[in-house]
Amino acid sequence: MRLLLAFTAGGLFGTGLFLSGMTDTRKVQGWLDVFGDWDPTLAFVMGGAIVPMAIAWRLTKGRKPLVGGSFPAPATGKAGHRLILGSVLFGMGWGLVGLCPGPAMASLAYGGWGGALFLLSMAAGMLVAPKLAVQLDRMAAKA
Amino acid sequence: MQADWIWGLAGGLVIGLGGAVFLLGNGRIMGASGIMGGLVDGTGRNTAAERLAFIAGVMLLPMVLMLFLPGKAATHLTSNAALIITAGLLVGAGTRVANGCTSGHGVCGISRFSLRGLTATVFYILAGGLTIAVLRHGLGVI
Repeated sequence: MRLLLAFTAGGLFGTGLFLSGMTDTRKVQGWLDVFGDWDPTLAFVMGGAIVPMAIAWRLTKGRKPLVGGSFPAPATGKAGHRLILGSVLFGMGWGLVGLCPGPAMASLAYGGWGGALFLLSMAAGMLVAPKLAVQLDRMAAKA
Repeated sequence: MQADWIWGLAGGLVIGLGGAVFLLGNGRIMGASGIMGGLVDGTGRNTAAERLAFIAGVMLLPMVLMLFLPGKAATHLTSNAALIITAGLLVGAGTRVANGCTSGHGVCGISRFSLRGLTATVFYILAGGLTIAVLRHGLGVI
């Protein structure tokens, strides 16, 4: 049941990314390109996705997940340097080629060698992240 | 071009539905970088099967859909390998340090009025916009 639900959720995610055009790097870079031919599509995707999710969060109140266990508690702690610096690095990479993790996975079938290379590089980046985070902690402590 | 926002909105609703299924069904937050990252670095070993099932869905459905809507199956990704590798490293490292990406912080975070999710989203959009502004309009390299 758990796996079937996970596959369904992933399938919906992949379907939505495909239909919305978010696996097209031109549309994503177009959203970020406010000085060029600006493309507002991403805002509609974000807005559309937030509606069912907001309803889902409301539905979690007083309930338990279908497969048991408990719902994830809100992340505690403030928006610290890891959150901000990590997001800045992510945003730079995102702007550079127009891919983020979801679409990178969803477009594997038609992304060609470039898409596969991006996924591999992303995995490598994930492996160095813990070391980088410690480095950033040191820098933040000095600053 | 006019239909783009309709596709965007419809696709967005489907993405949100996926997130709702993962949350209400499995009690998990649908964050692409977290789901993949836990597999890559081994921190998600206990939930590996669930992560793999999710990723299989993400990869397989577009594979099927491209047969019916071939026009949408194009990434228009740059062919500059150095650029792709740099961007991949930044996205992989950045999302793991920040503990989330567009789906986790953006879709799942903002929808629960998470200040962390909103802050992350503001910063990655600003950084992405600045990157394009400088490299495309300033230096003309991308």
